[in-house]
Amino acid sequence: MRIIALIKQVPDTGGERRLDLTTGLLDRDASDKIIDEINERALEVALAYKDANKGTEVVVMTMGPEDATGTIRKALSMGADSGIHIADASLVGSDSAWSAEVLAAALQREQFDLVVAGNESTDGRGGVVPIMIAERLGLPAIGSLDSVELSDGSVRGERATESGSMTVSSALPAVISVTERAAEPRFPNFKGIMTAKKKPIGVLSLSELGLSEASGGRSVVLSTQERPARTAGKKIVDDGSAAAQLADFLAAERLI
Amino acid sequence: MSNVLVLAEVTPTGELSATVPSLLAAAAKLGTPVAVVATAPGVGSALTEQLGSLGAQKVYLAETDAAGSVLSGVAADALTSAVEALQPSAVLLAGSIDGREAAARLAVRTNGGLVHDAVDVRADGDKVVATHSVFGGAYTVESTVEGGLAIVTVRHGAVEGTADAATPEVVNADVSVDASKYAAIDSFNNVKAETTRPELLGASKVVSGGRGLGSKEAFDLVEKLADSLGAAVGASRAAVDAGYVPQSYQVGQTGVSVSPQLYIALGISGAIQHRAGMQTAKTIVAINKDGDAPIFEIADFGIVGDIFTIVPQLVEAIEARAK
Ligand SMILES: Cc1cc2nc3c(=O)[nH]c(=O)nc-3n(C[C@H](O)[C@H](O)[C@H](O)COP(=O)(O)OP(=O)(O)OC[C@H]3O[C@@H](n4cnc5c(N)ncnc54)[C@H](O)[C@@H]3O)c2cc1C
Ligand SMILES: Nc1ncnc2c1ncn2[C@@H]1O[C@H](COP(=O)(O)O)[C@@H](O)[C@H]1O
Repeated sequence: MRIIALIKQVPDTGGERRLDLTTGLLDRDASDKIIDEINERALEVALAYKDANKGTEVVVMTMGPEDATGTIRKALSMGADSGIHIADASLVGSDSAWSAEVLAAALQREQFDLVVAGNESTDGRGGVVPIMIAERLGLPAIGSLDSVELSDGSVRGERATESGSMTVSSALPAVISVTERAAEPRFPNFKGIMTAKKKPIGVLSLSELGLSEASGGRSVVLSTQERPARTAGKKIVDDGSAAAQLADFLAAERLI
Repeated sequence: MSNVLVLAEVTPTGELSATVPSLLAAAAKLGTPVAVVATAPGVGSALTEQLGSLGAQKVYLAETDAAGSVLSGVAADALTSAVEALQPSAVLLAGSIDGREAAARLAVRTNGGLVHDAVDVRADGDKVVATHSVFGGAYTVESTVEGGLAIVTVRHGAVEGTADAATPEVVNADVSVDASKYAAIDSFNNVKAETTRPELLGASKVVSGGRGLGSKEAFDLVEKLADSLGAAVGASRAAVDAGYVPQSYQVGQTGVSVSPQLYIALGISGAIQHRAGMQTAKTIVAINKDGDAPIFEIADFGIVGDIFTIVPQLVEAIEARAK
């Protein structure tokens, strides 16, 4: 089986993330850049299958700036076999629809049984790129899987609904996305880190994909405003009367 | 006025999703609200009156056997057909799992543009402008779609108000779904908990518990305080990961975003990812035994102390006042 995991470089949410107030785009220099945690989980789904099934190949694909190679190296050190990096200066600030169009074009050049992505990216939060890709490729898609059972020729799993959950399945090839529930990612070990350096990364430009600009509508940022930061209010150390003081506060605020 | 389509999701048990009222209210701000319903035969017409009372002036009804057996395709097919028939200026969908998937497919099919997670919408000439609350409310961003149909997903509970009731005209659409293009729904497992507590999304008061609770049994304490306040119950990811509560309780960057009047954090350190889901609350209260916990940086009323001592006293004090 050949599995392609879609991974994205995002600003580390452990630090403060900033938007550029003039362009409305992410200020990429303001935070450390890391592989999105949800993509480590998606990759784990692929690697777990590879561990159990000899002959499985796991490829990671990312569309992102030059330095997104770091993200690919991290995935290779976890155990992926090779990487594909779509890097093009003109891709800065791409919206979901255009990202999906580019990724779909790159996937079209590949053989695969399964594409696995995160349910939503930490910075974009759209949760739409994987399904847009499936629609473009004419493949069945299952988004937001809480658990994944992969076998030769089919994929099934659980996904949440408003009032419970459903079991869903699809024949392969297919596109899936997974939630935080799906897997706990492994840490790269020493051997993984060493061998990652030798694993191949293919770099693709837009022109190599035969693309130049988005074929459909675009989402455009009109304005960006920063809200004033929240400040701390009253803080007391409990001396036995804290509960009573809090009840007074809630009553004064008409909250009880 | 131009048509504005709303995907009115229907639950597996045949009820309208809780997201529908505010979607119709949002649509009424932009044009003539039209509800698009994709459902099993015989279910849709029963919902028409209800959709009218919520403001739908037209109901585009696609009844097909495929509803409930294929994933995300039925709604997308119904919307595609409605877009062709009604030439809307915008399509609004919930930011739910199904809503997003239908939005994604529709955007590709219509060559439209998608903006997601709007907390409000307005019309500016023939443009649809969406407002977003980004990075846990740290930024307010306005966006629009250029060069194609505007497809907008809306955050649940964010758009307030209601649309004027109408007696909707019903259009029966003939939508045939090619099931082979989509994944299959094999079974539903409805476990809607019997609870009288308010739903987390949209609740006006929320009490959340974190790893500080220490066990599933001790999480009772959070529920007791919530019940004394008539509040919804939430949790940190650490509490979810430890199995104290189901994942649907998770507040934060990768969970639910809440903006209640009152948010009480019990035994939660206030990691940036947790704050991203609650820092727009009007009043924040935190109880934590670590005086340096970051949650205190944003709390209007912080208590450094032990939740196991303070919370029972607080419940007692609240109940005493209620009498
Ligand atoms: C990509 C990513 C996404 C994430 N998304 C989310 C998210 O959506 N939501 C979320 O919540 N987290 C999220 N996290 C995790 C987040 O970083 C924190 O790990 C998590 O919020 C910590 O939960 P906690 O505060 O309950 O636990 P801890 O940080 O362990 O804090 C427990 C607190 O309880 C206090 N305590 C212990 N005992 C008592 C007592 N008896 N009385 C009073 N106080 C006590 C301690 O002092 C401590 O401050 C995410 C992380 C990443 C990397
Ligand atoms: N630029 C990108 N490169 C690779 N994968 C991506 C990219 N953008 C989105 N994805 C994938 O799509 C998932 C959902 O992203 P989004 O739709 O942006 O929330 C991510 O978790 C990734 O798996």
